[in-house]
Amino acid sequence: MKPVDNRAWFLVLPVLVLVAFSAVIPLMTVVNYSVQDSFGANEFFWNGIGWFDDMLHSERMWNALGRQILFSGIILAIEVPLGIFIALNMPKKGFWASLCLVLMALPLLIPWNVVGTIWQIFGRVDIGLLGHALAALGMDYNYTRDVLDAWVTIVVMDVWHWTSLIALLAYAGLRSIPDAYYQAARIDQASRWAVFRYIELPKMRGVLVIAILLRFMDSFMIYTEPFVVTGGGPGNATTFLSIDLVKLALGQFDLGPAAAFSLMYFLVILLVSWAFYTVMTNLDREDAQR
Amino acid sequence: MAQITLEGLAHSYLPNPRGEEDYALKELNHVWADGEAYALLGASGCGKTTLLNIISGLVRPSQGRILFDGQDVTDAPTAERNIAQVFQFPVVYDTLTVRDNLAFPLRNRGLPAAQVAERVQAVARMLGLSDMLSRRARGLTADAKQKISLGRGMVRQDVNALLFDEPLTVIDPHMKWELRTQLKALHREFGHTMIYVTHDQTEALTFATRVVVMHEGRVVQIGTPQELFERPAHTFVGYFIGSPGMNVLPAQVEGNVALVESAGDAGTAYAVPLGRGYEGLAGRVEIGVRPEFARLSATEGLPVTVTRIEDVGRHRIVRATLGGHPINVVAGEGEAIPAADAKVTFDPGHVGVFADGWRVEDPLR
Repeated sequence: MKPVDNRAWFLVLPVLVLVAFSAVIPLMTVVNYSVQDSFGANEFFWNGIGWFDDMLHSERMWNALGRQILFSGIILAIEVPLGIFIALNMPKKGFWASLCLVLMALPLLIPWNVVGTIWQIFGRVDIGLLGHALAALGMDYNYTRDVLDAWVTIVVMDVWHWTSLIALLAYAGLRSIPDAYYQAARIDQASRWAVFRYIELPKMRGVLVIAILLRFMDSFMIYTEPFVVTGGGPGNATTFLSIDLVKLALGQFDLGPAAAFSLMYFLVILLVSWAFYTVMTNLDREDAQR
Repeated sequence: MAQITLEGLAHSYLPNPRGEEDYALKELNHVWADGEAYALLGASGCGKTTLLNIISGLVRPSQGRILFDGQDVTDAPTAERNIAQVFQFPVVYDTLTVRDNLAFPLRNRGLPAAQVAERVQAVARMLGLSDMLSRRARGLTADAKQKISLGRGMVRQDVNALLFDEPLTVIDPHMKWELRTQLKALHREFGHTMIYVTHDQTEALTFATRVVVMHEGRVVQIGTPQELFERPAHTFVGYFIGSPGMNVLPAQVEGNVALVESAGDAGTAYAVPLGRGYEGLAGRVEIGVRPEFARLSATEGLPVTVTRIEDVGRHRIVRATLGGHPINVVAGEGEAIPAADAKVTFDPGHVGVFADGWRVEDPLR
């Protein structure tokens, strides 16, 4: 038998075809649009990095990016500690543990636009339970007019929708800690805080990295829920990156700038996720070597 | 250090235990002498870990009392008992350095920093951890981690007892021997009361001055390794300890002769002489003799069929059958093993008689 048989490359072919159709070709059409301009009639002209340059100087986009970063930051700052706190207080086993798990999983199963609709109605001053109740209490709450109210509504909605994910992941991490650790801690007279700080948190670290990554990526790409609740308003107050992108691409039909913007959007998410993951795993490795 | 007394102790994991079989640990009275090294030996699931966890306070017994130096601690939480426990899988605080790991129990008890540093240095020197004090515990080998968990126990000067729950399970074989030796040396030097749970007879017999053998939730014998070997109190001790274990044959005992009936042929019986006379035996009677006290020859004794011979270096283990009952014989290096028509003799002084599994003791002894 020959030690090298290049026909083996044919075995890779199915994967290549699959990846080409699922990822490379769609992405390349976007790349294609991003470097060309058209005045209709299916005629295209080379525009180089013109659209990218435009987008990098677009105040509108920088504002949307700023709002996006603020939003992701706020929901991570709330959902991660809250999720851990819930996981720590969930029952360990038995009927109540199962019930908790099912209840926690429910928000995760609701489609995005339904979540948006629920909160859109829930928060309305005229017919919504929340909105009406707040108005009856004398609070001037109206998410369609007030910027702060709109933000609070969207943040609370996201926390309601996604804290479960972090709680469930953290819970799984906690359950994998052998009993011996807790027994040793009791023998060492460790305080509740010390048990959390030196046993639970380090053991949850792996799942928390995943949870933060998932929540970051997902919140950074959020579209449906704020679109359904506020439509990006009042004004542009809750116009996040993807809402703005859709306005640009489908509302104004500026395909070239939208394509350039999409690529940068994608690269930002990729870059941040990669940097976060690399830093976390490197810390891990250094720890192990030291 | 303390003397630990167990009074009428029993434990069941069921809320309402009915019969004796519901108890993971059957009633037990025992005094663990101060400063001795004990091994708790038994097969998996025999209740030894339950007993250990009761002593350390991780499990509250269903009945009975535990006394530390005469003081009742049955309801005292683990932290108040001042015991240290080393678990099967090394428990270290991953993100802390070795130094902080060792200091952890002292800092939790609010000791002044200077005293903590001094104790940590002393313990690290004892265990050979001095040169890795500033490393993180996470990346260390299993045996180093086990040393740390041992060190966290020893760092407290007032510790009443050191408990070990199969601590060498995840350690590499060559390190096992070293750690065991080190444990023994530490015991000789500092005289802690040590209780060591294991299912490995070599570990138990080399570590402990007294071995407690457990079987199905019951303590069947407590003795020195030599006593367990020469005078097993129960057939379980006989075949659990020793390699291979004791030969146990069903027999009828009349005076100072035991008759072993052939398994295949009901008419034939083989007479085995005993060291003394027995009378009034009730229940299921068996005789037990260790392979080391059986001898093969071509001339005298009972006829056996040799099925297999295993050479294990210093001696050979002969697998044979006596009237259909499998027996093992240990043959020394120089001894000849007859090729055909082999015969076996048992040393009468070392043939024990067991009724319902328990050794029938000489009333005069």
